[in-house]
Amino acid sequence: MATAPILPTDDDTPAVSRASFVNIGERTNVTGSAMFKKLIMAGDYTKAVEVARQQVENGAQIVDVNMDEGLLDAEFAMTTFLKLIAAEPDIARVPIMVDSSKWSVIEAGLKCVSGKPIVNSISMKEGEEAFLGLARKCRAYGAAVVVMAFDEVGQADTRERKVEICSRAYDLLVGDGFEPQDIIFDPNIFAVATGIDEHRRYAIDFIEACRDIRVRCPRAHISGGVSNLSFSFRGNEPVRRAMHSVFLFHAIQAGLDMGIVNAGQLDVYDTIDPELREACEDVIWDRREDATDRLITLAEKFRGTDAVAEKQAEEWRSWPVVKRLEHALVKGLDAFVVEDTEEARQGFARPIEVIEGPLMDGMNVVGDLFGAGKMFLPQVVKSARVMKKAVAHLLPFIEAAKEQGARAKGRIIMATVKGDVHDIGKNIVGVVLQCNGYEVIDLGVMVPWTTILQSAADNDVDMIGLSGLITPSLDEMVTVAAEMKRQGMTMPLLIGGATTSKVHTALRIEPAYDGPVVHVLDASRAVGVASTLMSDTQRDAFVEKTAGEYEALRVARASKGQNELATLAEARANAFVIDPAMQPPAPKQPGVHVFDAWDLADLRETIDWTPFFRAWELAGNYPAILDDKIVGESARSLFADAQEMLDRIIAEKWLTARGVAGLWPARREGDDIVVTGDAGDVRLPMLRQQIKKREGRANMCLADFIAPQDDWFGGFAVGIHGIDPHIARFKAEHDDYRDILLKALADRLAEAFAEKLHAHVRTTLWGYAEGEQLTNEALIREQYRGIRPAPGYPACPDHSLKPILFDLLNATDATGLTLTESFAMLPTAAVSGFYFGHPQSEYFGVARVGRDQLEDYAARRDADLDTAERWLRPNLD
Amino acid sequence: MTTTVADRFRTEAAKRILVTDGAFGTMIQNYRLTEADYRGHLDTGFDQKGNNDLLVITMPHVIAEITEAYLDAGSDIVSTNTFNANRVSQADYGAEHLVRDLNMAAAHIARDAADTAEAKDGRPRFVAGAIGPTNKTLSLSPDVNDPGFRAIDFDELKDVYREQIDALLDGGVDFILIETIFDTLNAKAGIMAVLEAGEARGQDIPMMISMTVTDMSGRNLSGHSVEAFWAAIRHARPITVGLNCSFGAPQLRPHVVALSAIADTLIMVYPNAGLPNDLGAYDEEPDTTAGFIREWVDTGLINVIGGCCGTTPGHIAAMARTVRGHAPRVPASPPVQTMLAGLEPMILAA
Repeated sequence: MATAPILPTDDDTPAVSRASFVNIGERTNVTGSAMFKKLIMAGDYTKAVEVARQQVENGAQIVDVNMDEGLLDAEFAMTTFLKLIAAEPDIARVPIMVDSSKWSVIEAGLKCVSGKPIVNSISMKEGEEAFLGLARKCRAYGAAVVVMAFDEVGQADTRERKVEICSRAYDLLVGDGFEPQDIIFDPNIFAVATGIDEHRRYAIDFIEACRDIRVRCPRAHISGGVSNLSFSFRGNEPVRRAMHSVFLFHAIQAGLDMGIVNAGQLDVYDTIDPELREACEDVIWDRREDATDRLITLAEKFRGTDAVAEKQAEEWRSWPVVKRLEHALVKGLDAFVVEDTEEARQGFARPIEVIEGPLMDGMNVVGDLFGAGKMFLPQVVKSARVMKKAVAHLLPFIEAAKEQGARAKGRIIMATVKGDVHDIGKNIVGVVLQCNGYEVIDLGVMVPWTTILQSAADNDVDMIGLSGLITPSLDEMVTVAAEMKRQGMTMPLLIGGATTSKVHTALRIEPAYDGPVVHVLDASRAVGVASTLMSDTQRDAFVEKTAGEYEALRVARASKGQNELATLAEARANAFVIDPAMQPPAPKQPGVHVFDAWDLADLRETIDWTPFFRAWELAGNYPAILDDKIVGESARSLFADAQEMLDRIIAEKWLTARGVAGLWPARREGDDIVVTGDAGDVRLPMLRQQIKKREGRANMCLADFIAPQDDWFGGFAVGIHGIDPHIARFKAEHDDYRDILLKALADRLAEAFAEKLHAHVRTTLWGYAEGEQLTNEALIREQYRGIRPAPGYPACPDHSLKPILFDLLNATDATGLTLTESFAMLPTAAVSGFYFGHPQSEYFGVARVGRDQLEDYAARRDADLDTAERWLRPNLD
Repeated sequence: MTTTVADRFRTEAAKRILVTDGAFGTMIQNYRLTEADYRGHLDTGFDQKGNNDLLVITMPHVIAEITEAYLDAGSDIVSTNTFNANRVSQADYGAEHLVRDLNMAAAHIARDAADTAEAKDGRPRFVAGAIGPTNKTLSLSPDVNDPGFRAIDFDELKDVYREQIDALLDGGVDFILIETIFDTLNAKAGIMAVLEAGEARGQDIPMMISMTVTDMSGRNLSGHSVEAFWAAIRHARPITVGLNCSFGAPQLRPHVVALSAIADTLIMVYPNAGLPNDLGAYDEEPDTTAGFIREWVDTGLINVIGGCCGTTPGHIAAMARTVRGHAPRVPASPPVQTMLAGLEPMILAA
């Protein structure tokens, strides 16, 4: 099997860096690094440049340069150093932060920096006029600015002062034409645990101020010098690191999105010694009178723990090699990786298994921790480097072991397109094709078109298969087709996946490409299509027939009298009117409820098995399918395997069900639902049916189910975590069956979780159906009051509402679920949606909408027309 | 409120794809001018052959003829013949003292030709005052053994540009075109010079900004990708941003696509007539170049098109025919984001 493992390569360094927390490297700062200061004072700029290189390698995304030292000619040092690092592409690739308390030094620096740097900092210390004058100069040099929370009176220490100063500066700058996204506030991180009572709330004040500033000053960023926090523990690195990690964990959630930190030295929140972590939490949140004393006492245990660290270092060296590799990956330790990889290689049958097994396992752990916000980018970069070294060691062995096998029937590239993460169907197709003698190059999920085309060229493939589950993937497939045409490719292009259709393929994809395009309905057709396309005798006729079929579809579509659309105004006039008397009462437990580990055994009871069989392309309803004449035997065997795996999933705690549900006051404004969440009102614009209805039928919109005032509304997101290590294990064992089985079960558990959570909401949290007693069958048939439509599905077809829902629920922090650029959820086994409690609310499909609604919707979403058109494409003509 | 020239330009650009001019250097070669032609009555003690910018004084009819030929071919914009009319470049010819005269004279030639053409058919014409990169770089050391060395500094270069900009504006140009930018920091000094000139004059001076990429990966000599370049110069709020020179249209296309997708302003591109042949000459036929442009037009990539090295009035005429009647690009309206940049862009959600 020629699976290309997803390996970090040089190309993986993202050309465009997009980050939610930006690490600003602090080591090229003479006030923060004694070593750097020594080098600069001695004029050893060559070694000083190496310090900058190291911190970029360690994951600094911006390099802060500060030369404020009384004995230095700061302007000379600043310009000399900046010119030198400009000559180093490894360093100069990231933006520079020109840092000085003296404007003359900043300006001298700006004259040596190309790209778009950041000035650190300006403030209203000398009054508003002087402040604005400097800000204008920064703008003329093309720089963003850090604005320190400092005014004529002094530096802001309380939450109120921080917010007041930042707000005033924001209004001044924005009023002067400064773009708000180019403003970064530094609301001053001060030392805590100093023994002085006034300092005890400094961390709380900062964190709370972050939250306020984010609301008060839209689009602006917040940064801070993190090391100040632990100033009173100078010399005790382990304690300082723990304090920084704990503080960042909370401050980032409050809106801190940049920080000056030592990128190479942050601890993963979960791996901090629990006792130390609790003590840090106590100090940062000022949770107990004796918090500082306790941390000081505890700190002694960790002082000079270079010795302790060494002992730990020795300890992990005695672990089995697989554990060592994982440890090295998670910790980003590359000192022993080559020798460990070599040892692992000798332990595995094939060198590739070292990659697919322990190395991928370790990377999965890293990915999970990062996704959960418990690990930061620099650590991930370090982990990737370890991976790279390991792979580099293995590659020569992998190449040497390559066997010259029989030529495959054909070579096919398969990929889930960019922005989409779903791959069960694609993997099934891949397995089926391989079983039939085809060589499959699986590029994985979220694959950009450039990679697909490059790989097609590099591997001399016979055809390309694209897959996708969510609607935005349809557009991406058209892009891939158009780019293939641009490069003059003519090989067949196969289209598959739950969201694709013959009609979409005919209407949008085939016209974009010159070679044959075939929609493959399911895996069972894949082999037939592939072999026909590889056949000298049948190919041309098949291609011609398919093209003819698609042309006919296009003609039929063009001439077909489409259902007439009402204008948006007409549709709104024909809205559904709910009966106010039936409105459910206010929730018994409003607000957001987080569930860290819902009992999997409980979820098992609620599984809807019919879609599970459908995923395996076994048609029929459960339980009748088990006795089906044709597929019954396969279904029974599959069902038995599934039950067996479920037993193990539950007994061995393979998976964790994490979810969140929220219930908020809400009201309807036109077709918008306005929800009052923790951070104020949030608007959820909905779409309305526009196809003309016969008398007595309403043009429905989800907003219709909410009253104009004093109503309630809910949302939820659930996900099944922890699948990755098991999938990696199956992959290592070349066990595609269990790989797909596990993924399909995880999907079912996610759906069951959504069902259970909804029942819990109805009976307990909202409580409008307290006495509800429904069988699983009745649940599946939705015989309950209220609905839970999901963004991306017919009643609410726009996937892009998911980020808004996620923000309301704080879903990423609460459950570890994240969204891709096309709004697919990760982990893949996940469900999110809205709760409507009114008994008259029902599911419907929005179907086709008109330009008038598109324009109206774009305005309501505050989006430009192109963006809105992309979101609503499946519902437009 | 009076409409500014920038407003008029944007109004025209909203209606159609505009055409700028083509090369001057390769056109001048065809006149086979001698040292005596170049020098005229001037004596600087240096040979002047090759100092094309001097011709606006010594052989003004040559420059006027080329300008008129481009206007006849369909150019909506003509640029001044001032690519090297700055103190740094003219130092090679001992002609630093002529910088102001050269730019004034060049601006007058372009202005007269444009105004005459506009009077003839009523179609608006615009004059871009061209500012070249000079032969010195702010980001790179000319000495491989001393990477921290610079042959010029920011303020010196800014003054060099300012002198040229003031003369061009006094000569009547509509825009300042900072072109063939191989060093992004040079462009930032140029932008600062324009902003300061504007402040001194109490008016906004519209800028056109054009980068040149020097390798196939789409970076300029200072190492910036087009995205990083856009982040670095966006504060100039240019009326056009784009690419020129570099190589032929097909090699330029991916970078035009990248820039077009992110720039919330008009896009101007003027590629070379293909890649030079073994003898260093450009032999791509007008229809071939126009054929490449055709695809850009069809995919809505551009607002202003023209030619750089090797292009002739024939190329411009073919491009003008190609773009006629086709819709111009609609400027991108990307989401509001924080764009920072080193050699790579860094985008933060805002």
